[in-house]
Amino acid sequence: MANDNKTKNPSGDGVDPTRRKFLKNTGIALGGVAGGSLLGGLLVSQSENKNDSSSKDDKAQAPRTRGREFFARYEDFLVLAAATELIFPKDDNGPGAIDLDVPYFIDKQLAGTWGVNDDDYRQGPFDEKKVKEAADTANHARANRGQLFIDGLRSMNAESKKRFDVTFDEATEEEQGEIMTDLETGKLKMKTLPSDGFFELLKQATLQGAFSDPLYGGNKNMDGWRMKEFPGARASYADVIEEEDFVELEPVSLTDYQQNI
Amino acid sequence: MAEELEKVDAVIVGTGWAGGIAAAELTKAGHKVVALERGKAQSREDFIGAKDELKYSIRYHMMQDLSKDTVTTRSSRKDVARPVRNNSRARMGNDTGGASAHWNGVSFRWMPYDFEIYSKTVEKYGKDKIPKNSRIQDWGITYDEIEPYYDKYEKTTGVSAEENPIGPWRSDEYPNPRMKSTPSIDLFKKAGESLGYHPYHLPSGNMSEQYTNPDGETINACVYCAFCEEHGCDFGAKADPIVTVLETANKTGNFEIRNESTVTEVVHDGSKATGLKYIDNLTGKEYIQPADIVVLAGFVFTNNKLLLKSKIGEPYDPETETGVIGRNFTGHFSNISTYIGARGFFNDKKFNLAMGAGSLGATLDDFSGDNIDHSDLDFLHGYEIRYYHLGKRPIANNDVPEGTPAWGKEYKEKNLFYHNRNILVRAKVAFLPNRYTYLDLDPTYKDELGDPLLRVTVEYQEDDIKRAQHGVDTCEEIVKEMGADIIDRVDVDDNAEFDHMFYTNHFIGGAIMGEDPKTSAVNRYSQMWDMENLFVLGGSSFPHVSSHDPTETIGAFAYLSSEGMIDYLKGDGGLLIEPKEKKEA
Repeated sequence: MANDNKTKNPSGDGVDPTRRKFLKNTGIALGGVAGGSLLGGLLVSQSENKNDSSSKDDKAQAPRTRGREFFARYEDFLVLAAATELIFPKDDNGPGAIDLDVPYFIDKQLAGTWGVNDDDYRQGPFDEKKVKEAADTANHARANRGQLFIDGLRSMNAESKKRFDVTFDEATEEEQGEIMTDLETGKLKMKTLPSDGFFELLKQATLQGAFSDPLYGGNKNMDGWRMKEFPGARASYADVIEEEDFVELEPVSLTDYQQNI
Repeated sequence: MAEELEKVDAVIVGTGWAGGIAAAELTKAGHKVVALERGKAQSREDFIGAKDELKYSIRYHMMQDLSKDTVTTRSSRKDVARPVRNNSRARMGNDTGGASAHWNGVSFRWMPYDFEIYSKTVEKYGKDKIPKNSRIQDWGITYDEIEPYYDKYEKTTGVSAEENPIGPWRSDEYPNPRMKSTPSIDLFKKAGESLGYHPYHLPSGNMSEQYTNPDGETINACVYCAFCEEHGCDFGAKADPIVTVLETANKTGNFEIRNESTVTEVVHDGSKATGLKYIDNLTGKEYIQPADIVVLAGFVFTNNKLLLKSKIGEPYDPETETGVIGRNFTGHFSNISTYIGARGFFNDKKFNLAMGAGSLGATLDDFSGDNIDHSDLDFLHGYEIRYYHLGKRPIANNDVPEGTPAWGKEYKEKNLFYHNRNILVRAKVAFLPNRYTYLDLDPTYKDELGDPLLRVTVEYQEDDIKRAQHGVDTCEEIVKEMGADIIDRVDVDDNAEFDHMFYTNHFIGGAIMGEDPKTSAVNRYSQMWDMENLFVLGGSSFPHVSSHDPTETIGAFAYLSSEGMIDYLKGDGGLLIEPKEKKEA
């Protein structure tokens, strides 16, 4: 299966048998559970994999449709993808975080100024007590957002391996949920900040990826907006705002809007 | 070594409403004016097609670069302050137009009670009614005296409104009719009326129709596109300094804005200001711009920091209650004055909430100022009740009923379902000054240039909490009357503390006006008692924050002050109004 998809992978970042073998042999990236079917699932795009009868369940899996700017290790990206999907899952309303390309959105954001807190005040002292007190915990950590993501995702993954003997993305939904609850309630051990602070950062980034203009690489096909019945960058509502009933409108992206002004 | 430039009549810090109005009035009167603006140049063209929530609302593209300068905060004078590190905690404006370019446009007058709050309170309730730590004081001016300047501001900015049924007297009608209505606004107004209150449309700085102001500037009609707050207007349909007063000043040929110019000091000889020292952000070069009068029209933090840094006026000390610079700091704090109230979730009603405008909505004044009898209440002043039809953008609005999990299937389901089915009725609550809420310089944290950050200490008092809780109760009553299926209180608990946020931009005081130089820094013309050719404009000059948004009051006082500046430049100097000995309090 996996090899059949090799040539179709649009990113060019497809299956490289040598690399696979390397990953498998070193066991660094995928722990002890690496296998052909797993790699196949990981290495093809979600859209191409939709009808793949070998899929374990209908849980969305991280696509490998695009290059990554920030996440060097694919394993970190897989944890990110699984975590965002858990926060904002695929359901009857429509796609979840993975199918909206939220993980790629976050990857791009972390690679830019946001990832290094460029506009933030970054002078010390960074008082650990203050970090805990602050409602905006992540902003008071000495580590920048990129570092917080790496620490947070690896802490989740390490906990999954310890507790369930599998990587976070390979854990069952229930197992993942257990870790996410610990993250949310500040119980997961992290080096850089209390874990509830990272949960908040991760959740906000997920929602941003689901609902920002597709220009930024998430909200694929504007489906995040469609689900929320948000019409995007429309010029005017002057003629409809007084309507008694709800007005259904197709969303307009910035790309489209800016072509016409 | 700073290069000294050619002298002008007036040099201004900042290009928001305060600086913009002063620039327009002074240049129209023939004076040469230079405005120094820390941020980049910005014009209408910058806002065309700018409907981008992530860039403007979530990444704060139009806000101050905090890596260069910020403030520190603490909720008790016993604490060590921590810096505001990210704009999510402080949406301070930047660039040409300042915060007035990305504001919503809500345009209220304040009440007669506000300007004479001490006298009127004592007269009606006696001195004992004033809480021990409260430092309410009269402004040294009455509503009747400032009214013509409110009128002038409203005509410059084309305020679109219907009359407040229980509002203060007006010398003229609003220049434009009110904004459109929507089913949810109608529902709010109907609920308010059936409870016996007096709801009316929010007075708006978004135009209900195209308008040309007395200076000849045209502001377009609003199209309700809902990208107002935190954005510049795509259509030139929001009154901002760029489309009005700065344009007016430009047309005179007497005006220059120097962008990317960070003012570091008021240069003075002890009795008079001689100019402003600034640094060009792009080259690092230092300049001195000499002028006959110096106008500080930055945000409240900028004005206070510059005064403290330049050693003008005596810094306030809360222990001894001596000094004036930094006293009576107040504002609309997020968790006690603004983002509180009641949220109603409707199972069977769906509203067009993506549509809207920065100052579309309705409000009522039945609980503002002294409109309610306070004899049996344990607080003074009150709150405005507001339903806001801002236009709900999808990243910032993810409200789910209380008890919903914070993530996962149920979270997503309810987030999507209720997005166009929930509304927040909020209480905008006055905050009265107290002895321990003040500004000074931080002992630890420094700005980009190595100078101390401004430190903000905010201690909530019991009466502030009671006032806010009363507001939440009223919001809940109204949301119930509106027929919501689920009502969540956005509450204020008994031990609420300052949340270290400056999200509303409504921050006030530090260089306040009054009649007595012992308890005020400036007179009604915003002229410094201690330095007659230095004018300190804006929210920094108000002795307290009312329940309503401050912008129009900032505008009115900028007009009054500009008259004073023109008189001052014409005359032989001296104070425009003499101080009065403090009456026996």
